[in-house]
Amino acid sequence: MKRLGRGRKPKLTEDLLRQWDVQLMVLPALLFILVFSYIPMYGVLMAFQDYNIFTGFMSSPWVGFKHFERFFHAPEFWSVIRNTVVISLLKLFIGFPAPILLALMLNEIHNRVFKRTIQTISYLPHFISWVIVSGFVTSLLSTDNGSFNILLQQLNLIDEPINFLSIPEYFWTILVTTGVWKEIGFSSIVYLAAITGVDPQLYEAGAMDGASRLRQMFSITLPSILPVIIIFLILNIGNLLNAGFEDILLLGANPVLRDVADVIDTYVYRVGIQNNRYSYATAVGLFKGVLSVALLAGANYAARRSGNSLW
Amino acid sequence: MKLTLGDKTLSAVIYILLFVLGFAAFYPFWNAAVISFNSGNDTMRGGITFWPREFTLENYAVVFKDERLLGGFAVSMLRTVVGTLLSILATAIFAYGMTKTWLIGRKFYMVVCIVTMFFSGGLIPTYLLIRELQLIDTFWVMVVPGLISVWNMIIFRTFFKGMPAGLDESARIDGCSNWGVLFRIILPLSGPVLATLALFTAVYHWNDWFAPSIYISNVDLLPIQTKLQQILNSNIMLEQMSQMDSAAASHLNRMKTVTTKSLSMATMMVATVPILCVYPFVQKYFVKGVMIGSLKE
Repeated sequence: MKRLGRGRKPKLTEDLLRQWDVQLMVLPALLFILVFSYIPMYGVLMAFQDYNIFTGFMSSPWVGFKHFERFFHAPEFWSVIRNTVVISLLKLFIGFPAPILLALMLNEIHNRVFKRTIQTISYLPHFISWVIVSGFVTSLLSTDNGSFNILLQQLNLIDEPINFLSIPEYFWTILVTTGVWKEIGFSSIVYLAAITGVDPQLYEAGAMDGASRLRQMFSITLPSILPVIIIFLILNIGNLLNAGFEDILLLGANPVLRDVADVIDTYVYRVGIQNNRYSYATAVGLFKGVLSVALLAGANYAARRSGNSLW
Repeated sequence: MKLTLGDKTLSAVIYILLFVLGFAAFYPFWNAAVISFNSGNDTMRGGITFWPREFTLENYAVVFKDERLLGGFAVSMLRTVVGTLLSILATAIFAYGMTKTWLIGRKFYMVVCIVTMFFSGGLIPTYLLIRELQLIDTFWVMVVPGLISVWNMIIFRTFFKGMPAGLDESARIDGCSNWGVLFRIILPLSGPVLATLALFTAVYHWNDWFAPSIYISNVDLLPIQTKLQQILNSNIMLEQMSQMDSAAASHLNRMKTVTTKSLSMATMMVATVPILCVYPFVQKYFVKGVMIGSLKE
């Protein structure tokens, strides 16, 4: 390196110039990521400011943990935290195993036409927007001859139609059911693909030893796809505080439901975008972000001890 | 192989469960379609489930005459086409560059990308950035922020890496530049991954209602999903009101609710059909795309 003569460009610049065309493929995209992902990450610091929309980020006063303390003492704090945790856990306990169960069941079907039909139909809701899904739910549960009320009345389970979407007790059930309905088919794709990789000899051996189909399902198929399940479980735990956003915003639009429907994300939206309390909302969002990272790291630590790790 | 009684029972139970599931997945679409084809006044009498009682195309006629709704569809179409094309193009170029092992700074670039998958500034800082960039109330606010998707870049990159290296080399020997190789050799051979990612991106653009709802106030620029959300929301309000009001007012409000209900069902159908027409054909590709995306970080 020291022997580089005068007038010669340093090696790095020379190499960069030689591959300028490929650098040109990636640098604009990276610049783009810098602007649209990293500037907002830096902007999170406004959680420690009293952000003023007119003077901007640079000249807003720093206030330390003021907004965090305010959030911790806010009257909504406990209900927001409770809803976030409960809704996420419900989604995890019900929404996570459901597609695995579906994949296991689909695997038992040998009639190809039936199998493909069920698969295609069950993927369908994944591609529909939450707006339309919430429209379906509102229509089915409506007191104005919503199908669900009609069904219950014909089964003589109820006398009067029930306005399900305005009764807080039903909200979590509706939310979780709708979530499962929307994603069960699509999420089952990965598990089905994993199942096709299971060695058929295992089933033959199992059948030879007198294992019933049910037994094979739980003693051969399920253990074989366990690594895939664990990876997805870790990813899900990292997302644990993402209790939902669009679904809750749309299905929980009725103010009567606020006490059971408000989660961290919808709360950030309400105080931040609708009430313009920018710094406060950012602090709430940051609080959630920190917890999420801790959860993901914890889940990965636990998984590593069991021999499966994300990184 | 002989099936025992237990196995047969299991089989029967599974068939029944799957049938119920398939029915549950399909019924909401069917019911909405039926209501949209039923005359609004008749729907008010109740009991519409599997079949229209008074078949009519009136609801659709109203939807297709409503300029605001048509405008919404036009914005959605434009946004979906422009947004998908630009995003897929930009992301594919980025991904191809990132496949080159001799690219200086590649590891660093990758870290820059991966970090964004775990951390983000969140709603408010992003909103303020968009404001600073003067993107509020423009068409481009629906296209530009999502232009580069790190997730799609990784899927593209994995796919490109799986292609035989000889392709690249022989084209280079024939005097093709790197950009030439990408556009003349690599992309034309990437049909499946292009179809999958284009489908996912297009579905995202078609379905997104939230971003326009906070970034756009000009009604003429709102896509159909956002307009639909506003309609449905006002329906809910009406229904709430009708339950608290006196009997007479309640009847009037119910009439409004039900007729708007038929109309919103028709609008929902129109907003759903484009997706229903496309996804079954891309199904065989996206199963593979999902696998690459989810298992290879």
